[in-house]
Amino acid sequence: MDLVTVWFILIAVLWIGYFVLDGFDMGVGMLLPVIGTDDLRRRVMINTIGPVWDGNEVWLLVAGGATFAAFPLWYATLFSGYYLALFVILLALILRGVAFEYRGKHDTAKWRANWDRAIVVGSVLPALLFGVAFGNIVGGSKIAPLEGAANPADAGSFNYVGSFFDLLNPFALVVGLMTLTVFATHGAIFLSLKTSGEIREASRKVALRIGLVAAVFAVAALLWSQAFSGRVAVTLPLSLVAAVLWLSALGMVMKGRDGWAFLLSAGTILLAVTSLFVGLFPNVMPSSIDAAYNLTVYNASSQSYTLTVMTIVAAIMTPIVLVYQGWTYWVFRKRISTSMIPPQPATGRADDRFATSAS
Amino acid sequence: MGALDLARWQFAITTVYHFLFVPLTLGTVWFVVGFQTAWVRTGKVKYLQLTKFFGKLFLINFALGVVTGIVQEFQFGMNWSEYSRYVGDVFGAPLAMEGLLAFFLESTFLGLWIFGWDRLPKKLHLATIWAAAVGTLLSAFFILAANAWMQHPVGYDVNPETGRAVLNDIGAVLFQNTSLIAFFHTISASFLVAGAGVAAIGAYFLMKDRQVEIFRPAVKAGAWVILAAAIVVSVTGDMDAKIMVQQQPMKMAAAEALYNTTDSAPFSILSVGDVAGTTATPVIEVPGLTSFMATGSFDGNVQGINDLQAEYTAKYGPGNYAPYVPVTYWGFRLMIGLGMLAALYALWALWRFRGDRRPKGKGFAIVSSLIVLGPLLGISAGWIFTEMGRQPWIVFGAQKTADAVSPLVTPLEVWISLIGFTLVYAALAVVELKLILKYIKAGAPEDVEEHPFDDSQDGSTKPLYFAY
Ligand code: HDD
Ligand code: HEM
Ligand code: HEM
Repeated sequence: MDLVTVWFILIAVLWIGYFVLDGFDMGVGMLLPVIGTDDLRRRVMINTIGPVWDGNEVWLLVAGGATFAAFPLWYATLFSGYYLALFVILLALILRGVAFEYRGKHDTAKWRANWDRAIVVGSVLPALLFGVAFGNIVGGSKIAPLEGAANPADAGSFNYVGSFFDLLNPFALVVGLMTLTVFATHGAIFLSLKTSGEIREASRKVALRIGLVAAVFAVAALLWSQAFSGRVAVTLPLSLVAAVLWLSALGMVMKGRDGWAFLLSAGTILLAVTSLFVGLFPNVMPSSIDAAYNLTVYNASSQSYTLTVMTIVAAIMTPIVLVYQGWTYWVFRKRISTSMIPPQPATGRADDRFATSAS
Repeated sequence: MGALDLARWQFAITTVYHFLFVPLTLGTVWFVVGFQTAWVRTGKVKYLQLTKFFGKLFLINFALGVVTGIVQEFQFGMNWSEYSRYVGDVFGAPLAMEGLLAFFLESTFLGLWIFGWDRLPKKLHLATIWAAAVGTLLSAFFILAANAWMQHPVGYDVNPETGRAVLNDIGAVLFQNTSLIAFFHTISASFLVAGAGVAAIGAYFLMKDRQVEIFRPAVKAGAWVILAAAIVVSVTGDMDAKIMVQQQPMKMAAAEALYNTTDSAPFSILSVGDVAGTTATPVIEVPGLTSFMATGSFDGNVQGINDLQAEYTAKYGPGNYAPYVPVTYWGFRLMIGLGMLAALYALWALWRFRGDRRPKGKGFAIVSSLIVLGPLLGISAGWIFTEMGRQPWIVFGAQKTADAVSPLVTPLEVWISLIGFTLVYAALAVVELKLILKYIKAGAPEDVEEHPFDDSQDGSTKPLYFAY
């Protein structure tokens, strides 16, 4: 296998890691008003992801950095082209990240309600927009050489020439609705795995309900994506298996087998993203204007020296990261319930007195 | 304003903002490491109190460091796509390494530290904050190596077919002297900032006569850190100046508003008249100091802006190769002046605290709280000087900033994101400041207790020791 293919696979792995992990963080955030009917419940929910959400988000940062290093023309064209969509995602991630940390740092209902809103908005928008962006990548977007470019055949002159509204096409929106609802379900399943008592029950109900909606969007999006797939013989079976895993995940939710349900919904995300990437290869940003303007792993990549260096770094670091992140999940494996939440948020018991006296 | 100027404003605003939190993170985390290590080794409760107190302030700050960093990661693609295309082969590598080696380490182990007080044995819990602290250093190292490459590109060729840079020596990019010196200069400057912060907070409590036995040592620790950091900052700054003269002589000339090539060039502390013009009239000068900084000899020869402009025009074609001199001139002076003011303060503080003494009255606390601003503004001035002094180049000698901007991003789009980020950042600054002040006033926790390691699993309904 050539290095560019290795890096295409690695980038896919990073996105799968991001969607599987931050996917449930976003899901938990979105469901805050649905399952978190009072403040105590909301705090239980936030504490299920509290120790891990930041580490999960780093998968996105590394996906971005790795794209820059391995496929600079992809990085440049994608983020300058989908400018406003990315801007909204960034604002949302800013609000969400600050909200987790600051919500409990001040003790008034209004303060917490505002940060709760930030968490919901900061979770819904990225979950939707990442799907829309992927829909546009997979479905092809308006890529063409810059007018007056010195060498229009060189991929270095390829740019996104469409507008923000071109990104909101039907296929991309269906993919966006898929990621939105799948992440919501994935979050509910994670909650049922990580909580006990009434929150667990509520989460299972929500998982089933949204899970069925998600199934509809997922089947629609994955079937539609076959129209753009370069290898239907592989991607169609992958999509079908993904659908089967999803339904079995919901079945496990019904049976109360939370661990299995979570593994299966993670597996669904893995297969769905794999299917999209397999269908995309060797393109990274196909052009809807002319196939001659496709950005591919060959014309958008760095040279072999950089790819070799980065392969060595990734081969050493990725397993290490997986081990210590996995260990974090082990350390915090205990289920949380409302009775376990200390009265004063965010300060730890030791310093309750001061948090109250100062607020 | 066109998309280029807007993109520059946006980059400048978001980066300078990110770098308000970064030095505090880089420095404070080591105070937390130090206090917690002292607690684990001595068992003295006051160290646990200090760990908790500064730990909380550290986390409030870290949150903003993280979310503003996310914007930085994607901005190169958004606003500087031509830059990203040109340098990606080289510049992307340290950025990706930063994520893999540093960001994962920082964020994962910090999560373990925040929530792990009773979930991990005491020593293992201590190890998590050490790991996070090492992560912040690695992060600084890789991003500064990336930036050093923009100041002094090495270890690459330009592919004649595509006209884009191609990496051929990663060791040269990571470990060139520009990168190493910038690392030590920036890290020590960050300790200057954090030391001043710790000293000022301590001084506040002494003024209020609260928790004196805890915060008196904190002031002294802060002052000693300032002093040590100031020495390293000066030494590395001096080395930085010498390589800058070799690598970017125009920046040195602009830092001095030195228009004509001179032997034994003086260092002016103040200038009047038109520093942006073609001459400047210094008011107070130290003879030979610029020559000394630049060459190591008081009568060394320093090239002036006018000669360099002629030289660069011959080499790179017509154009203006001088940065905007008032910014470089004053940026350089503010960096050194404001930072070094803190060193004087540290000497004064150590004198007032000698033996068992401590200052009475408000004077010391007021000076302390003002002095915090010095290193923080100084460190921003240092970056503004370094980055604007490189102009018109984005990659020195290889790509101009004007050629680096995204060709199809419209001014409207940049306006939207510029205004959006600026408003959100301004609001968050207010929130952060309020929280920091609130938690400073709350003081160190009084009734800290041991948190015995407790690995009980399902079925236990014991309250969590720590929860959001
Ligand atoms: C000298 C140090 C330094 C410099 C010059 C920069 N940063 Fe930074 N950055 C850090 C030092 C740091 C840090 C100490 O590692 C931070 C700051 C506070 C924090 O929370 O972590 C961080 C956070 C941080 C994060 C979030 C990481 C996470 O989620 O844990 C990202 C994505 C970036 N930065 C990216 C950048 C980029 C692309 C920069 C270039 C313009 C940049 N930073 C300049
Ligand atoms: C964190 C500390 C930093 C600060 C405070 C800072 C500040 C600035 C400022 C003020 C500018 C605007 C200069 C001008 O437009 O004239 C600028 C430009 C730039 N800097 Fe930095 N910088 C920092 C670090 C970095 C790093 C680490 C990188 C790269 C890894 C970087 C990359 C750039 C780029 C690409 C530009 C070009 C955009 C422009 O000219 O405005 N900077 N920076
Ligand atoms: C004797 C004192 C100092 C000298 C001689 C000095 C010298 C320098 C020089 C020559 C540069 C430009 C490097 C380049 O662009 O190649 C620089 C950059 C910088 N300085 Fe200083 N400096 C001093 C003190 C300080 C202090 C006190 C601070 C912080 C409060 C500081 C913060 C910075 C920062 C953040 C940069 C940009 C990063 C870098 O390029 O290293 N400096 N300094």
